[in-house]
This record gives sequence, structure tokens and C-alpha cells, in this order.
Amino acid sequence: MSLLTSLARLRALDEGVAQPIATVRHCHLSARPMVFIPLKLSGEAAAPLAAMLGTDRAAPHLLVVTQPRNRDLRFAWAAELAGLLLPYIEGFLSGTETVERRGADPYERVLDAPQLVVPNPAGVAFTRLLGRSTRFRRPDGPYPVPEGVPVLGRWLTYFAERAAYPGSSLTLAATEELGRHWASGQSGLEDANLAALTGWITDGPSDEAEDPLIWPPAGPATDPGFDAEVLAPAIESGSAERVAEALRGQLEPTWRLMWRAIDLLGALPAGAGVASRWEQDRGSFSGMAAQLAEGAPPQARRDGAIAAASRLARMERAQAAYDVQRAYDDPLVMAEHRLTGEAFAGEVVETDADRVEGEGRSRKLRPLVVIKTDDPVRLAPGTALGTPQRREQGAELMSARDGLVTVKITKGMGRSKTPAPGSVPEVGERVCYTSLTDDFKGSPGLPEAEATPWTHGGPPPEYVPADEDAVEEWS
Amino acid sequence: MNRLDVLRGTTPQKPHDARAIAALAANPGCTRRALMDGAGIDKDAAARHLGFPAPFGQSPFAITRGNVFEALVKADGCAELLRMLREVLGLPIAEVAYHDVENVGAHLRHAHTRALFDRAARDGLDAGTVYDHPLLSLEIAGHTAYLEPDVVAFQMGGRFHIVEIKSFAVIDGQADPAAVAAAARQAAVYVLALRRLLEELGHDPLRVAHDVVLVCPENFANRPVATLVDVRRQLAVLRRQLSRMTGLDGLVAELPDDLSFDLLPGEDGLPTRPAAELADALRRVTARYAPDCLSTCDLCFFCRDEARQEGASDLLGRQVRDELGGVASVAEALGLADGTRDPAEGQEEIARLLRNAERLRRECLA
Repeated sequence: MSLLTSLARLRALDEGVAQPIATVRHCHLSARPMVFIPLKLSGEAAAPLAAMLGTDRAAPHLLVVTQPRNRDLRFAWAAELAGLLLPYIEGFLSGTETVERRGADPYERVLDAPQLVVPNPAGVAFTRLLGRSTRFRRPDGPYPVPEGVPVLGRWLTYFAERAAYPGSSLTLAATEELGRHWASGQSGLEDANLAALTGWITDGPSDEAEDPLIWPPAGPATDPGFDAEVLAPAIESGSAERVAEALRGQLEPTWRLMWRAIDLLGALPAGAGVASRWEQDRGSFSGMAAQLAEGAPPQARRDGAIAAASRLARMERAQAAYDVQRAYDDPLVMAEHRLTGEAFAGEVVETDADRVEGEGRSRKLRPLVVIKTDDPVRLAPGTALGTPQRREQGAELMSARDGLVTVKITKGMGRSKTPAPGSVPEVGERVCYTSLTDDFKGSPGLPEAEATPWTHGGPPPEYVPADEDAVEEWS
Repeated sequence: MNRLDVLRGTTPQKPHDARAIAALAANPGCTRRALMDGAGIDKDAAARHLGFPAPFGQSPFAITRGNVFEALVKADGCAELLRMLREVLGLPIAEVAYHDVENVGAHLRHAHTRALFDRAARDGLDAGTVYDHPLLSLEIAGHTAYLEPDVVAFQMGGRFHIVEIKSFAVIDGQADPAAVAAAARQAAVYVLALRRLLEELGHDPLRVAHDVVLVCPENFANRPVATLVDVRRQLAVLRRQLSRMTGLDGLVAELPDDLSFDLLPGEDGLPTRPAAELADALRRVTARYAPDCLSTCDLCFFCRDEARQEGASDLLGRQVRDELGGVASVAEALGLADGTRDPAEGQEEIARLLRNAERLRRECLA
């Protein structure tokens, strides 16, 4: 959190309403998101209790395990979930485009991809555990489970992993996304309560958000009071209907909140980088679908050394790119960098557009621009700069003193002897320059998995599906 | 009479369990909490009475699950537990004895535990022994708290190991870090109590291992798995906190003479003291609210409400408070940002930053 966000929180607390900390939306919002609210049985690692899900806010599906300790009912629940989620996911596989790649074969990328929206990070974690407890099962052999269950497990695992990938929008946690766009007047810890956070953004804060009788928790954990006074007696009574109705009552308020959260995010215009990040999501989703179609084994329980290192490197690159893109897309995010002196904005007061350096063949166009700024610039001469106003432009800081910054433009002016029209800012224009640049960083040179050195445990064993995995207890 | 006992008045003392002792270290800067814990006042009852009941509760499903799992681990004279201990500690297979300390009746359990451990430590028996239901004690601010570790294992080579049975799952070798941290803090309390016991008996306290055995269900099944957890760090924190508690006398000396946290319980045990009066008494001792209190302290809602009324920036979390470096109230921080308030000495830098931040926000949101 930056001081800018802290100030927004203070202002929110003072005014009693959340303050914006973004001027554009930084996540993709699907036209048909799948809202998924799972509930689990308290005290168990991953025993599903219920889920409310669907793409139509007027018609949620409710799936309930009416006797949570019954293993068969649990698998039947997973099969029902597969029956709803798999057609949704697979529906996106039909429309594709061919993507040419340099140095590699072209591949098919889906035109649109599914999007899973869960209430909070705990919902993502539970999705991962659900995936873990179902993906190693098999529809045949000595311990068969319904057909779709193992496939569902692999997709849930994929969606949960994707949620940790910076900038990906395939899986969104509502509280996280809201918190990226608004600062409430409460602590980050309290922001994990979806009812409280949406309250701050819409009607203003209310203690009702913490009253489980008015706003039941958004899951996956249920309210202990509800467990003791409503759920336990309902399960005891043996009436499936009573259990289902009790759980419906716990899920419906959250269902309404989820769509409200989606509407709030949807009211913001999308940032410029959202489409390209979604394109990467579409590519990743297509890759996962292709692996599944080729019969690849389920995702490993734990990454081997090489897989872990390359995943980490990928995520670090994605994080760096995501941070830079958000700053370029959103002046309010860029303002955080202006506050720390890594960026500055102001009005152009002087230009020398036709300035050149060097003689003869090494003669280069190097226009100078002087910018008057109120920002505290903490950049050394020679620092490479970029600007959100002209993404293709490259520049270099010459000097900065007394609120006047001189910048030399080095790139993005066309090929002729004078700068292309509009490529050099004119006097009076407001511009912003920053040392943040989204330079492509190559991936680290990692050996093949088969060549994992002994210091890192040697090559990981190849996964062979075993009956043991398929029969793993789920109690 | 001890001044802390005066603070408590007629309210019966609430005995500390390991979880409560472990929680003492959660917010060491909070005087209100230190005094209430030191005096042994039931904070949960106080919070309820004040109209700010704590947001904690345990689901009956979780309780049942925890009991079932512990029973499974301890079934047939800890048969399942012994299997795991052999693996992680290298206990000899044949020579393991099982002692259920509970057999002697509650009033004798602590004395019996002492005698058993004394003998084990003195004789240096070759045999591994598992002690079920031992009862340890620990001095907390002048009062004795009795503690029940799940199991204590005594192994060949003369080391005692605390065994902690928890029902959160270890999935593919990983467990919820928060749950593991809580278990480690709790186990550290037992390690400390057992070390003090050995010390009193004239044995080397370091014969109690700082590695505790954490027993949890593996993956999604009920099958238990044991892991060694190093609790040295938790031990250090706990020791520091407990020595601070004995230093409560200093805090107490500065309190007004008429200050009392007495709940005045009636015959039914429910507090009869007017809630407003109790609230006033509590407000005379400073609290140090932080949002983390919401998961550790029974009084959290009361203190949060107080922080709201004061407009304290603590409400927004430690990170915000640290970033504001020394500006405690919301109004003050906003005044500095708006330029309507002049910075006090030492506030010039944060005031400049806040004014800059305000200028940038206005510019971007215009």
C-alpha cells in the first residue's frame, strides 16, 4: 500500500464512503461470468457443503450435500458441479483464431474464455482444494467416480492457479478486485468481508455487514452460530429439503452481493492493457484445453524444481508487466510513482524539435523538451524514460532542477529527417514521463526437467496414475 | 492484597489455558489487555456485558471433528501415535510404555505428573514412554495456570517431546500457515511449563526438546501424520512476554486507587455492574487497538468502537499507521494533507508527503 492509498483510506473514513484509487478498470470482465460461491463443512479440509453458481443473476443453481459426511453424496455433488461448469467451460472452445508465432508453430486460440468469479481469496483456496481432491480420481477401474469429476478437478486446479497469476482475469476474487479499485475506510483485514467492502463503496459502512444474521459470511467458511443452531438440527432431521433451504438462505445474500460487485467493476471503463492481458488468458486457457484433449496427466501435487523455478520466473515477469501497465493505463496509479519521484508530469514549456546529434552518417534526431512540473523528481541524468502519452517513444533524462526537467527524445519519431508530426510534444501540452518501462525480460535458462541437478532433488519421477490416488479417502 | 486481585474484585478468576497464554504475546503494547489478563478477568464475559460480544465461535462440526481425530490418534493406548513417534523420533519399537496420568483423579494429576517426570528424568530409563493427560503448571503474573498438553513423549536418550494433536489438514506436505503458527505458539507454552517443572525438580530444563511433534490429518483422510516443528522463536517471545507480565506491578502502581474491573457477578454468575460504569473503568486504561485484534482479543469490538470515536488512524491497520509516521488521528492527517493544519515539530516531512499526495489525488480525480 502506498501513501496515496493510505490517504484515500483516511478520506474514506472521514467521509464515510470509499474513495476511488483507480480511474479505469484493471481486470477483464466477461460478458457471461460464472459466479461461484462454494461453502465448506467446518472443521474439514475440503468437504463441500453447498455451492451457488451460475451465469444468470436471476437464476442461480444451488447444489447441496445434504449429508456432508456421506462420501457418495460428496462425489454426486462434484458430478453435479461438473455438469454445470464443464458445459460452460467447453462452450468457449468452439470459436478459435489461428495465431502465428515467430520461431514456433501457429496455434489455435479461443476467441473468448470463461471467467470464474468467487467472493474472496479463501474461495480461491477452497477451489484449489476441491480441484486437488477430485483431479486424481478415475471414472473407470476399481474405484470409479462419475465421468466429469476428474476433468472438473483439473479445471478447478487450473482456475485456482490462474488466480495467483498477476494480471490474469480468468479467476477473480470479488473482494480483491474491489480493493484494487476502491479504498475503504477500514483495514485490509476487514476488507476481506464482501458485505462490508461493498457497503463502503455503495451505501456507506454499516455494522450490519458483520452481523451473520443479516449478512451471512461469503464463505467458504460458514457462521458457527448458523452451524450450531440451524444446520446441525437440519442435518439431524434427515430432511434434505430443510438442509437445502437453510443453505440457500446463507448463500442468497452473497449471490446478490457478487452481482453488485460485478456491476460496480463493470461501471468503470476498461484500462488500455486489459485486452492484451485477456488475450494472454485466452492463450493460456487454449493451452490448458489442448493439454486436456491430448490426455496429459493431471497437474502434479507439487511442482518439481524446474517447474517451480520457471513458474516463479513467469509470475515475476507477469507481476512486473502488470505493475507497469497499470501505471501507464491509469494516471491515479502513475501518481503513486510521481509521489516517490520515479515519474513526473507537467506542462511542456519549451521544445527544440529539430535538434540533432552527431555528424554525417551518425547524425541522429535528438529533440529536447523542457517540462515544468510540481512533482519531486528523483531521477538521475541519463535515466531511460517512457511516457503513457506516446507508448512507442523512448527518452532520456538530461537534467532536473527547480521544477524544470529537460528530456531528450531518442526513439519513436519516424524515419525522416524531421520528427513525424505529433511525435514530439508541443509547448503547452501536458505530458508524463517515468522510469518504469515494460522491457521484455527473457526467461532464465533452466534445464529440462529430466536434467534436474542432484542439488535440486534430481529429475522428478514421472507421474503414473495409481489406484491409490483414485481411491484416496475424502472424509 | 495483590493490586491485581483488587482490580478483579469479586469476579472469580478466569484460569488461563495454553491458548490464552499464547495469545498474551499477540499485542504486547496493549496495557488494557495486559492488566485484564494479569488480573484474570474473563474478557469474553466483559465484552458481552459491554454490548460488544466477541466475533468468535466454534462450529459444532469443527469441535466434533477435532474430538474424533484426537480419539483416533490416542485409541488403543496411543497405538497410532506410537507408530508415528517411532518414525519421527526413532523410538525403539519394543520398549514403549503408556501411562495415562488421568487414572489418578483430577486433584492428584499435577502432583502425579511431577512425580512421574521426576522419576523418568532421574532414572534415565531406556524405555520410551508416552504420558497421556499430564497436567503442568505455569506461573502467570503471580497466579498458577494449569495446562494440559495432549501428550508428552519421553524417549531413549533422555529427551521429552511435547505432542500436539490438531485437526487441520496437511495437504501434500503443506498446511495453513496461520493454523501451524497458532499450534506452535500453544505448544511453546507447554514446552516452557515442562522446562520450568524440570528445573524446579533440579533437572536440566533443556531435556525438553524445542522440537514439538505436531500431529495432523494427512490430505483429505483421517489418517494422522506427524511433523517436527521448531518452536524456539515462539519460546523466546513467550518468555519475554511473561517476564513483562510479572512487571505489571509497575503498571498497576500508576493506576488510580478506585479503579476496578470488577464485573460484580450475581448469583447466576452474570455480571451485575452497570455496563457504562465498567466501560468508563476500562477507558481509563489505554488500549492499543489494531485490526489484528479482531482475530485474537475478546474485547476487539469495544476497542474498535473506542478508536472510531477518537478518529484514530489505528483503525486502518498498522501499515497505514506506520506510513503516517507519528500522525495518530485521522483529522490531523487530513488537516496536514489539506494544508489547513500546520505541522508540529518533526512532522514536516510527513506533512510535505501528505500535501503532495493530496495534490496528486485532486489532479487525477478532477
